[in-house]
Amino acid sequence: MIKRRSTAPFWTGFAIIVALLIIAPLVLPEFWRRFVTEILIWGLLAMSSDILIGYTGMVSFGHSAFFGLGMYGAAAALLTVKPPNLWLAILYGLVGSAGVALFVAYFSTRLRDIYFAITTLIFSQIFYVIIFTWTEVTGGENGLTFSRPQLGIPGLYSQPFTSNTLHWFVVAVVAASYLILRRITQSPFGMVIQSIRENEPRTRAIGYAVERYKMVAVMLSGLFAGLAGVLYAIQNRFAAPDFVYFLVSGEAVIFNVMGGIGTLVGPIAGAAFYLLLRELFSRFLTEYYLIPVGIIFIAMIIFLPQGLLGFMRRRLNQ
Amino acid sequence: MELISGLFHAIPYEQILIQTLNGIVTGMILALVASGLTLIFGIMDVVNFAHGELFMLGAYMGVVVLAVTGNFWLALVLASLIVALIGAALQITTLRPLLGRDPLTTILATFGISLVLQNYALWQFGPVPRKIQEPITGQFALFYLEYPWYRILIAVLSAAIIGGFWLFLKYGTYGIWIRATTQDRVMAQAMGIPVPWVHTAAFAIGAGMAAASGVLFGPLIGVNHAMGVDWILKAFIVVVVGGMGSLGGSIAASIFVSLLEAYASIWVSPAQAGIVSFVVLILTLLFRPTGLFVPTPK
Amino acid sequence: MIASDASPASLVDLEDIHTYYGKSHILHGVSLRVGRGEVVGLLGRNGVGKSTTLKTIMGLVNPSRGRILFEGRPVTNLPAHRLARIGIAYVPEDRRIFRLLTVMENLRTGLDRNGVSEARKQELLDKAFSYFPVLAERRNQPGGTLSGGEQQMLAIARAMMLEPKIILLDEPTEGLMPRMVSQIREIIDVLHRDGVAILLVEQNVPLTLEASQRVYIMEKGTVRHHCPASELTVNHAVIHQYLGV
Repeated sequence: MIKRRSTAPFWTGFAIIVALLIIAPLVLPEFWRRFVTEILIWGLLAMSSDILIGYTGMVSFGHSAFFGLGMYGAAAALLTVKPPNLWLAILYGLVGSAGVALFVAYFSTRLRDIYFAITTLIFSQIFYVIIFTWTEVTGGENGLTFSRPQLGIPGLYSQPFTSNTLHWFVVAVVAASYLILRRITQSPFGMVIQSIRENEPRTRAIGYAVERYKMVAVMLSGLFAGLAGVLYAIQNRFAAPDFVYFLVSGEAVIFNVMGGIGTLVGPIAGAAFYLLLRELFSRFLTEYYLIPVGIIFIAMIIFLPQGLLGFMRRRLNQ
Repeated sequence: MELISGLFHAIPYEQILIQTLNGIVTGMILALVASGLTLIFGIMDVVNFAHGELFMLGAYMGVVVLAVTGNFWLALVLASLIVALIGAALQITTLRPLLGRDPLTTILATFGISLVLQNYALWQFGPVPRKIQEPITGQFALFYLEYPWYRILIAVLSAAIIGGFWLFLKYGTYGIWIRATTQDRVMAQAMGIPVPWVHTAAFAIGAGMAAASGVLFGPLIGVNHAMGVDWILKAFIVVVVGGMGSLGGSIAASIFVSLLEAYASIWVSPAQAGIVSFVVLILTLLFRPTGLFVPTPK
Repeated sequence: MIASDASPASLVDLEDIHTYYGKSHILHGVSLRVGRGEVVGLLGRNGVGKSTTLKTIMGLVNPSRGRILFEGRPVTNLPAHRLARIGIAYVPEDRRIFRLLTVMENLRTGLDRNGVSEARKQELLDKAFSYFPVLAERRNQPGGTLSGGEQQMLAIARAMMLEPKIILLDEPTEGLMPRMVSQIREIIDVLHRDGVAILLVEQNVPLTLEASQRVYIMEKGTVRHHCPASELTVNHAVIHQYLGV
């Protein structure tokens, strides 16, 4: 018999945070409102990467590719289909990132650890180069600009996004994503991938088709990263190759480590922490904020390896 | 007969020969960079993300020493030494505490170091690229081109440095220590080899080699804070293709990939020629994942 | 523990050592002593912690509790390479010679130390080659090309290059042919005559009883029995109880 832990504390905490996020645009000045929205989007990216790094134990630097393809996929929908349709943008974006994910997933089964990490890094660079040089399709260096689609259900109603409704939309998507991912990590599938992280040979010996689980994990991770890319595209109305550059993947991993891997919500906190630090330091040091932020990051790896929320890992996963 | 001679004439011999030379020059620099990376990975399982930045720092140190002394060779030697010391310091402060932990942590730590170093260079030296004057400016006639002697010098010097390193590994006492530690860190310790210091020394040597590459390559391109980024990716590709941990493999792979890219640039733009290395990587991973230049394990 | 009256000066002392591998509590309070120049056997079934004891002495594993003394001085958490320099040498269970280094280079890992003259190095080499002529023949071959028995000899010779005061031998006769086993037996005697102490972990009980002055018997991570080797040769009950032979 499985002892059921009380989930009340979790739902209370969740409700409080979501409520705060909903109120945010009403109380914060525009700059900070946008800041919070960005944290959520990057947080979603970091969360998706946590599925691979924290839960399956596969370090990936390929998330910039998933994110970027999600972004460009949305751009494709918004530019080619008139009138620009929100759901189509999401669909195209997800398909784009799923395609990349499939590609990466294939290699994920053949490589382990460091080799996989480096290869995903190189792959994200491959996509960067392709996007950068295929100017006719992707706009090359300058990227693509497009207009924001309307929020609505086709045929029923639609209205343009206001900055508030956009924020709420993002909150809804990210919150839903979190709940879905959380459910998945607590499911039998989630248990298996965690056991792959703990001891892959043993998991294989027990009889699980480790390759398939890994591939699904990559696809899952890629989909949600792509979703983050779509949200970003909608929020900012442009797509640029910079976001496919491997540094973005690096930042995602930084968010994970700073926030605490294997917690799903830790990476969001990590993203918030990083972006706040960046904001803070760039006030004093203009462009060189990465020097102190980088040093803090390194110090955290050495002295606080479980990240900000790592100590709550057990509780968060119940 | 006419068809054959027609085909013959269609092959751009001169271009191929020129590109062969270019490929070898770039390949030797890449080999020097990749050797350091392979050494560091082989001995302590550290994927040094900051290696490109050590290359960049070397180039900048070269600029500085050159400005002060006016002597290229002094710049080459001093820059390598300075960066080797910086490398040792980095290893002791950030990598030693991480020994024995999950390899992910060292990848991240070196990634963090690369961010810090890049921005530090940007801060100290500004965004405008600097120039290193080559020590010899003569050129020789190669078909319809004036080919700079300096490029040949680069290839020769890189080969000399790599060769010297190989000899050191094979015959020197400390070379044996490095090889023993690479093979079996635990038994090396049990034999009295001070493994923590061997690690530091290896990192320093790798850093020094990267720095030397930076100084040598400096005159060919502008020295700026982002110059390491392309090299680190190429170096990673080459290390994987050559068989991770295999020194000979990464050297062979460096030349192989650089030649292919040079040849490709006869027909496509340099940016697109860069895709060649990616393609080689993918093919290697699909068909010979242990490395192209490493004998298949039995 | 039986104290021996005519015991030689203490070389290695373990006092209540507890060692963990991750979460597994392998050594539950091991105490033992090896005197100068003594050959001491460490017996026990598989998995009782004999190898871990050797590794702890060698500094390859750190004990969570307890003390290790060398010549009376505490050395408990010193790193392995320091211990090798002060006189402890280790010959592990799977030999673990450097496969890609030549025989000569393997020996050099022990020879190349500060304060050893070239003449002395040559002496040590000559001694090793005289004990193990086969190594002299194969001196420029990579270690990995040697046979199992030859690798064992190389592992021992390599340890001798450190001029150790004590050699920790972990199952040196495992997997060797009888001819090699007696060769190992002779080497142990020779080392003993040279004044080198030996802590011998072995599954081969008769050999251990012949070669050692004293033996300890371990069970479940701790020392259960300790007596002179001669006593144990006739005490079949004890042998049966702890070793199941």
